[in-house]
Amino acid sequence: MRRLATLRHRLSQWLLRAGPPEPSPIVLGQSRIFVLPTGAGVGFAGALLVMLIASINYNLGLGFALVFLLAGVAVASMVHAFRNLLDLSVRPGRAAAVFAGETAQFHLLVDNARRFRRPALKIGTPRADTPLELAADETRDVLLAVPSEQRGWMRLGRVVLETSYPLGLIRAWCVLLPDLDCLVYPAPERDAPPLPRGVQSDSGERLRRAGDEDFAGLRRHRLTDSPRHVAWKAVARGGPMLTKEFAGAEGGDVTLDWNALPEDLDVEARLSRLTAWVIAAAAAAVSFSLRLPGGRYGPDSGPAHEEACLKRLALFGLPDAPHG
Amino acid sequence: MDRFLPLDYAPARWLLAATAATLAAHAIHLPPWLLAICSLLLAWRSQLPWQTRAPGHRVAILLLAVATAGGVRLHFGHFFGRDPGVALLAALLCLKVLESRSSRDIRACVLLSFFLQLGLFFYSQTPAIAALALVGSLFAIVTLTSLHDTTAPLGPRLRTGALLLAQGLPFMIALFVLFPRVQGPLWGLPADAHGGLSGLSDSMSPGSISHLSLSDEIAFRAAFRGAPPPPADRYWRGPVLTTFDGRTWRPGSYTVAPLPTYRATRPTYDYRLTLEPHGQNWLLALDYPAGIVRGARYTSDHRLLADAPIRSRSRFDLVATPSARIGLDEDPDVLAAARRLPAASNPRTRALARDFAADGASHAVILERALAHLRASRLIYTLNPPGLGADSVDEFLFDTRRGFCEHFSSAFVFLMRAADVPSRVVTGYQGGEINPVDGSLVVRQSDAHAWAEVWLAGRGWARVDPTALAAPRRIEAGLAAALPEGEPLPFMRRTQFAWLLAVRNQWEAASHAWNQWVLGYNPDRQRELLARLGFPRIDWQALIILLGAAGAGLMLLLFAWAFRQRKDADRLDRAWSAFCGKLAKRGVARQSWEGPVDYGMRAATAFPAEAADLHAIAASYARLRYGPLAQPGAVQELSRQIRRLKLQ
Repeated sequence: MRRLATLRHRLSQWLLRAGPPEPSPIVLGQSRIFVLPTGAGVGFAGALLVMLIASINYNLGLGFALVFLLAGVAVASMVHAFRNLLDLSVRPGRAAAVFAGETAQFHLLVDNARRFRRPALKIGTPRADTPLELAADETRDVLLAVPSEQRGWMRLGRVVLETSYPLGLIRAWCVLLPDLDCLVYPAPERDAPPLPRGVQSDSGERLRRAGDEDFAGLRRHRLTDSPRHVAWKAVARGGPMLTKEFAGAEGGDVTLDWNALPEDLDVEARLSRLTAWVIAAAAAAVSFSLRLPGGRYGPDSGPAHEEACLKRLALFGLPDAPHG
Repeated sequence: MDRFLPLDYAPARWLLAATAATLAAHAIHLPPWLLAICSLLLAWRSQLPWQTRAPGHRVAILLLAVATAGGVRLHFGHFFGRDPGVALLAALLCLKVLESRSSRDIRACVLLSFFLQLGLFFYSQTPAIAALALVGSLFAIVTLTSLHDTTAPLGPRLRTGALLLAQGLPFMIALFVLFPRVQGPLWGLPADAHGGLSGLSDSMSPGSISHLSLSDEIAFRAAFRGAPPPPADRYWRGPVLTTFDGRTWRPGSYTVAPLPTYRATRPTYDYRLTLEPHGQNWLLALDYPAGIVRGARYTSDHRLLADAPIRSRSRFDLVATPSARIGLDEDPDVLAAARRLPAASNPRTRALARDFAADGASHAVILERALAHLRASRLIYTLNPPGLGADSVDEFLFDTRRGFCEHFSSAFVFLMRAADVPSRVVTGYQGGEINPVDGSLVVRQSDAHAWAEVWLAGRGWARVDPTALAAPRRIEAGLAAALPEGEPLPFMRRTQFAWLLAVRNQWEAASHAWNQWVLGYNPDRQRELLARLGFPRIDWQALIILLGAAGAGLMLLLFAWAFRQRKDADRLDRAWSAFCGKLAKRGVARQSWEGPVDYGMRAATAFPAEAADLHAIAASYARLRYGPLAQPGAVQELSRQIRRLKLQ
C-alpha cells in the first residue's frame, strides 16, 4: 500500500509539474480529474477475486451475480467520485501578509454551482489539508494554513482537491494552481536594539541612543517591544503588560538606514533588524523613514507607510511581482 | 490519514445492521449455540459507545475466538468443509465487529460480510435468498458510504446506496452474461459440499421408494420439442436391479458403450432434460434413450450414465424412442443372472410359479398367467403397507396383499424368476405433469417408481408394470389418483387445492427459468445464448471484446449521468439574464455589445425611480463577474436584489 502511495505521488509529480498559476476561476473539467483505486479499493478487488474463484469452483450462480454486482458498484462509485469533483470551481481569495516563520493563511473560495451536495471533499497542500463539505449551490471560504519559511512572495502552489466518496475504494483528485500569493515579511529580529534616533554620525560612531528620553505614556505591550520598555511596576501591581512610550526629542527624524547598520550583519540580518525597527516605529507612532540601497521611503507614519516599508523589506533584492 | 480516527456512530450502526442481516440469512444452518454467541456479541457491541479504545481486552477477545473455534471443531468434528468454514466465518465476523474501532476495521468487517453472503449460496440459491443477500449488500454499501459522508441523514444515505446498487446492476448483467465461464470445480471439493441431495438410491428394499413418495421436491424437468409422449410411455429409467438377496435388490454387472445396442424406431421424442443434482451418475432418461449424448454413455442395461456424478443442476439434450425393441440379442450371462433367486425362500410363490410353468408353457404364456393371477388376487396399492417378515414375497402376495410399487415389482420379478423367466426390476420415475406456464414436464420425487422387465425370445426386454394391475390410474393419472381415499399424500398432490396448484405452477415455472438462466448458466448455456443473440461460435477472446464494448457503453451512460446537470448556466449568469429579461420586457433590452455598467446606466436613465438599484445591480454583477474575488453569498445577495427589483 505504501508502494501504491509512492507510485501515486510520483505520478502526480510527473503529471502535475508546477507551472504558472491558472486564471481564475478554476473550473474542474473532466480532463483534469484523475481517478485511481485507493488501498482499500485494491483490497476490495482482491476480495472480489477470491469470491469469483470460489464461485467458479463451486458453480455458484448467485456467487457470480454477487461478485459482478459488487464490481459494478465499485465502477459506479468511480463515476460518483468523479462527479463529486466535476464542475466545482475554485477562486483565489485573500492571503494576509505574515512574518517569516508564521503560518500563512490562504483563503480559497470553493463554489458548488450544482444542485446536489458534495460530501467528503478534502482540499489542501501536500503538507496540510482540510475536510470540506458543500451543500447544493454553496460557496465556501476555505482556509489553508501553510507555514512560511522565507521572506518574499510565497505562492500557494499546488493545491489538491480530492475525494474518496462514496465508498472509499476510488480516489478522485484534481491538482490546482490558484493564482494566490502571500507576502512574507522578514522575521523581525528578537531583542533588536532600540530605534535609532536623530541624525546618524558619519563614520562607525555609535548611534546616539534616542527615543527613550521623555516618557510620553503607556500602551499595550507588543511582542516586538523591548523588555526594557515594559512598565514592570504596573506588572508587579498585577496589572497588564504595558509598554512605556517615549516621545523622541525631535519627532519625525527617525531614519532606519541600511547603511548605518553594523558592517558584520549580513543581508537577512539587516532586513530582520530593520523589520523589527519598522514595527517598533509604527508602534511608537513616530514618523520614520526607511533608507535602503534601492531608495528612500518616507518620512511618513501610519499603517499604510508601515506596510509599504515592510513590503520593501520583504521584497528587497527580489522582483516586485509575485511571479513573472 | 483518516484511517485510525475514532468512529462516530453512523458507520457503526450500519455495520451492525449489515452484520445482523447477513447472519439472519444464515440462521437456519448455523449451530444454535454459535448463533446465540454471535447475537450476544452483536448485542454487546450495540450497547458499547463507539470509541478509540477496544471495548474488551484483546486477550479476552482472542480467548473467545479460540474457544469458538474449539466449539466449531467439537460440533463438526473437523475444520475443513463447508459447514465449519461458514460457522468460523460467522464467528470471525462477529468478533471483528466487536473489536472494530477504526474505519479500516469496519472495511475489513464489510469484506467479511460479503464472504459470508457468498457462503449463503452454498446452502440455497433461491430468489428469496438472493433478495436477502441484496439487502445485506445494501447495508454493507451504506456502511462504506457512511464512513466518508458522515453528515447525511438516513434517507439520502440509503438513496445513495440504492443508487450505487442500481448503477452496478447493468454491469452485473453484462458481466454475468459475457464473462467467459469456466466449468468448475477448479480443485477438489470438501465432502460435504453437496450434502442433502435426495433421490433414488442404487438399491431397492421395501420402503425405499415409498419414503420418496411424500416429497414434493422436483427430481428433474423435461422440455419436449413437440408433444410429450402419452402418460403410459413416461417411464424414466434409473438403476436396473438384477441381484436379489431375499430382501434387497441390487444392480447387476454391466458394460458401457458410446451407443446403444438397439435401433431407434418411430416415434421419437426430442427433449431437454434438466436434472436436479442427485449426486449419482445416472441420467433418468426417458425409455429408451438413443443417439450420441455428450458427456454420457450407454450401459448394457439400457441406461444413460453421465461421465461425472450430477452434483449441480445439469442439462442434457436427449432423444427417446419408446417403442424400440431392446436386448434382442441379450448376453446369456445376463439372462442367467436374471433367472437367479436366493435359495429356499418364499415357498408359496415358488409353488405358484411351478404351476404356471407346469405344462411347459412358453415364457409369454407364463407371463400372461402371472398377470392374470395378480389381477385376480386384488392387491391393494398403498403407501402404508404392513411390515413384512423373512418370506416377504409370500407374505405380500398371499397374506397382507397391500403394497407399494416396490412390493409389486419385487414380487412379480420373483414370481417370473421362480418360473425360470428372465426378468429384473427397473427403478426410476414414472409420469410427471405438464406445467401449463412454460410447457415443461415436471417430475417430482413422489413420481419415483419401480417396475419390471421380462425377457422374451424374439421380443427382447418387455416392460411390465405390475403396479398398473392393482392401480391402473397410477400410470395414467399419477399417484394421487391411484391411492385410496384417506392415504397421506404430498400436500400439493391433493386435488382439492386446484388454485394452489395453479399458483405453484406459476412459481415453479419462474423458478425453472431462474434455475436455467441464473443458477445453471454455464459455458454451454453461454454459448447457446450468444448464438441466439447472433454470435455463433464465440471464443473467449471475442467474449472479452464484447464485454469490453458493453462495459464501455455502460460507462458512457454513467458519465452522461454525471454530466447531466452541467448544462445549467452558472448561477450568476442565471441571475443576470433574469435581470436583462426584466428590463427587456419594459423595452430596455441589452445590446450585445453593451457592458453591464453601461447597460445599468442606460436602464437607470429609463427608470429614474429605480436608478440607485439598477446602478448597484449592474456594478455588483460587473464586480462579481470580472472582479478578482468575491465574498461567499455575494451572488445569492445579487439574485435576491434582482428578484426584489420592481420597475415602475
